[in-house]
Amino acid sequence: MDRKKNDRQNNRPSPEDLDQKKELYRIMYLFAGIFLLMCVYLSYFLIFESRSVINNPYNLRQENLSKKIVRGSILSADEEELAKTLVTEDGTESRFYPYKDLFAHVVGYSQNGRTGIEGKYNFELLTSDIPIYEKIYREFADQKKPGNQVVTTLSLKLQQTAYEAMGDRRGAVVVLEPSTGKLLAMVSKPSFDPNEIVEKWEELTSGDSVLLNRASQGLYPPGSTFKIVTALELLRENPAALEDFNYTCGGIFSYHNAEIKCYNGKSHGNLDFTSAFAKSCNGAFAKIGTMLSIPEFSSLCESLLFNAELPYPLAYQKSSFSLETEAPDWEILQTAIGQGKTEMSPLHNALIAASIANGGVLMKPYVVSEIRTAYGDTVKQYLPSVYSRLMTAGEAAVLTKLMTACVTDGTGYAVLSDQYTAAGKTGTAEWDEKKKSHAWFVGFAPAENPKLVVSIVLEESGTGSDHAAPIAKKLFDAYNELQR
Amino acid sequence: MQNIVIRGAQYLIILFIAVYTWQSFAWFGQKTEALRRRAAIRQNICLFSVHFLGYLSGFLVTGNEKLILLYGAQAVYFLCVIFLFRAIYPQSCRTLANHMCMLLVIGFVMLARLSFRLALKQSLIVFVGSFAVSVIPWIMGKYRELRRLAWVYGLIGSFLLFMVFLVADTTNGAKLFFKVGWISVQPSEFVKLIYVFFIAAMFEKSRSFLQVVKVSFMAALHVILLVISKDLGGALIFALTYLLMLYVATRQPMYLFGGLACASVASFVAWKLFDHVQVRVTAWLDPWSVIDTKGYQIAQSLFAIGMGGFLGVGLYEGSPGQIPVVEQDFIFSAIAEEFGGAVAICVILICLGTLFMFLNIGMEGQSLFYRYLATGLAIMYGIQVFLTVGGAMKLIPSTGVTLPLVSSGGSSVLSTLCMFAVVQGLYIQAGKGMMINGQKKERQTE
Repeated sequence: MDRKKNDRQNNRPSPEDLDQKKELYRIMYLFAGIFLLMCVYLSYFLIFESRSVINNPYNLRQENLSKKIVRGSILSADEEELAKTLVTEDGTESRFYPYKDLFAHVVGYSQNGRTGIEGKYNFELLTSDIPIYEKIYREFADQKKPGNQVVTTLSLKLQQTAYEAMGDRRGAVVVLEPSTGKLLAMVSKPSFDPNEIVEKWEELTSGDSVLLNRASQGLYPPGSTFKIVTALELLRENPAALEDFNYTCGGIFSYHNAEIKCYNGKSHGNLDFTSAFAKSCNGAFAKIGTMLSIPEFSSLCESLLFNAELPYPLAYQKSSFSLETEAPDWEILQTAIGQGKTEMSPLHNALIAASIANGGVLMKPYVVSEIRTAYGDTVKQYLPSVYSRLMTAGEAAVLTKLMTACVTDGTGYAVLSDQYTAAGKTGTAEWDEKKKSHAWFVGFAPAENPKLVVSIVLEESGTGSDHAAPIAKKLFDAYNELQR
Repeated sequence: MQNIVIRGAQYLIILFIAVYTWQSFAWFGQKTEALRRRAAIRQNICLFSVHFLGYLSGFLVTGNEKLILLYGAQAVYFLCVIFLFRAIYPQSCRTLANHMCMLLVIGFVMLARLSFRLALKQSLIVFVGSFAVSVIPWIMGKYRELRRLAWVYGLIGSFLLFMVFLVADTTNGAKLFFKVGWISVQPSEFVKLIYVFFIAAMFEKSRSFLQVVKVSFMAALHVILLVISKDLGGALIFALTYLLMLYVATRQPMYLFGGLACASVASFVAWKLFDHVQVRVTAWLDPWSVIDTKGYQIAQSLFAIGMGGFLGVGLYEGSPGQIPVVEQDFIFSAIAEEFGGAVAICVILICLGTLFMFLNIGMEGQSLFYRYLATGLAIMYGIQVFLTVGGAMKLIPSTGVTLPLVSSGGSSVLSTLCMFAVVQGLYIQAGKGMMINGQKKERQTE
């Protein structure tokens, strides 16, 4: 006791106090843990996360990359160069697009801003994964490194087919592989030559929205292609309707004060559900519209990605669907047949068709299948992945049957072939009384084992049967030829 | 040719810093004086090489001759610290001096790259400041009564913080700086040290419950003054330092956990009450959704770190200037971008090595005051490094704290120099204490 007192007076600690170092060691371990955690986190970030983080349009440092790296090429699925960098002897670089306006929207451009694949995969194109020793050699030798190649899923043949089939008409074509989500072709017209983007910038940006990718950023009233959605809703609410439904079409359907005419006032006569769908009878579908629960219809549309983000890597516009419970009758009838306020992109329509073709499961659409070094070694592969199930396999089978009937016994006759059975739905979307309709076709083939989904819209062209469906036929034929 | 030199410098810098870092940990296993001497010499070679290569790259890229003069002045300074300081205080700790110099080297090279003016200003403050603080170990040896001034420290500290609240200018939403003529001083940087002195001195007197209440009251006063000045990074450092020191002094984990619970509640309240806390938290949770506004700074920081990779883009070849306040709160990101992630990791480890030295010296402390002082400074240093480095890499929300000795900022670097001088003083005292007590056992630290 005395000694302790003495110690305190001399400010000399008792030996017990000084020998107790446990707390100090704990503090040491605590900080060692925290600091090592920081090291591990930093390494983790650099190894696993940094690529996706720095690949961001806000990252202006990407500009620094082009000082040391020659922008890589973009290839089609069949290894054709869609974009490459030409380097002259004095080191001047220029971006060259050998197919000019053929791939303009989907491949995009990299001057005056960056769009399409050039924009989204800018960072990959400006990254070089050549072997480390060559990198270091080139660093010391002051030589630029060749950037990585981006290999797309696009097929030259299908892209050409769609492009030529559209002729001079405005509109868009989307071609997907439903089992994988691969984007095989995407055309938007009018197109432009990305080689001349700088020279013709004024012209391209004035008026006509040439630079807009109508395939994913253009919104159109879906017209009768929307009857696929209406049919699905009827099946959900009243599965028996497939057998029971009956409607006699006299050309006009009246409901309270509202009425709906069939195209050109044509009367389809006595119809069951399948023939109403195949012949695209507006009266029958307007009647179906009156039978549906509006909240459930709206929630189906939400689940089919209306008013929602699409799982698509490049730029797009969200589709819109709105139908209030209190909506007037005419609006309910119009919405059921795809007019109303509904607007959707050709890409979105292709995604719905793709999920039908794939047994109800939507695969995430993707356009780049592989990143390679300039020497062709794989850096990263993008594999098919499921986005979500949009409908049951049974529902998909019923819709496939309806869509097959549309081709064999209805408005989709232009797609008939003895080589394969196609499934589809035409659409003739009215949008301005004084102008011609937008022609739509969505469908896939072969119906029993779908390989190809197409979604076609042609602005101010006329009916889907006469204008859009024949393009689908050409695409299916071209695909068949490729398989041989 | 120039390119080869610059590239060579880039990779050699990584190599030298890595070797340095290795030496600073391998050192703990080296028991004999001769081995330790050799390790210290290897460290010296590394740090002078990094300094030389950094300025060589800078000169080759910019052609700015003023860099040669700045380099020369800094090199003389480092020679003074390493040889002259050791000559004045033969008992001083070589490794601690080396760590201080290495961190200054990295800061000097980075600042010269960001802005010559900043580097010049920082160098002058460091030169003059080091000269001034070198008397601290002598004072500590001469006036042993420093431990009796507990309440003086507590009152000076809280008075200074109160003055900051009353009259300081507001920058970036926080009241931090006094303007004295053309110099602006950030008193909280110095109060930090006084605050640790206060806690150490109080707990040396007694660790009774009543004493804990008294010290807690004063600590809370400091923290509240910082909070109302909106210096939340500072408040966090003060609060956590107190809690850990309380734990070390009382050996009661319950105090620590209770304190941490209170701190969590307080943080939550601060998050609810203060706009600028919400900004930081939002930016931390998802900077990408608010990249135009709140998330801009942290996003730029991550871009910088990501672009650097492990090997860095090379000095002068990145764009650290795109990060707002890069020279202070985000100097770590600039290092990661241009020197590379490998060097950034080494910097974290060198800071950890420094902290270990502080704690080791605390363990050798021959009185509780010295022990608490060294431990408190170690804790404060560790928290500060964690807040700034963790904030830059988005491990935690950024709190606007500087990286000691590396970041630009006169008050910050001066107070850190004081801190190192105090710890050197403690080391020298501990050495003497051992001889007086006749302890023959090998020193754990050298």
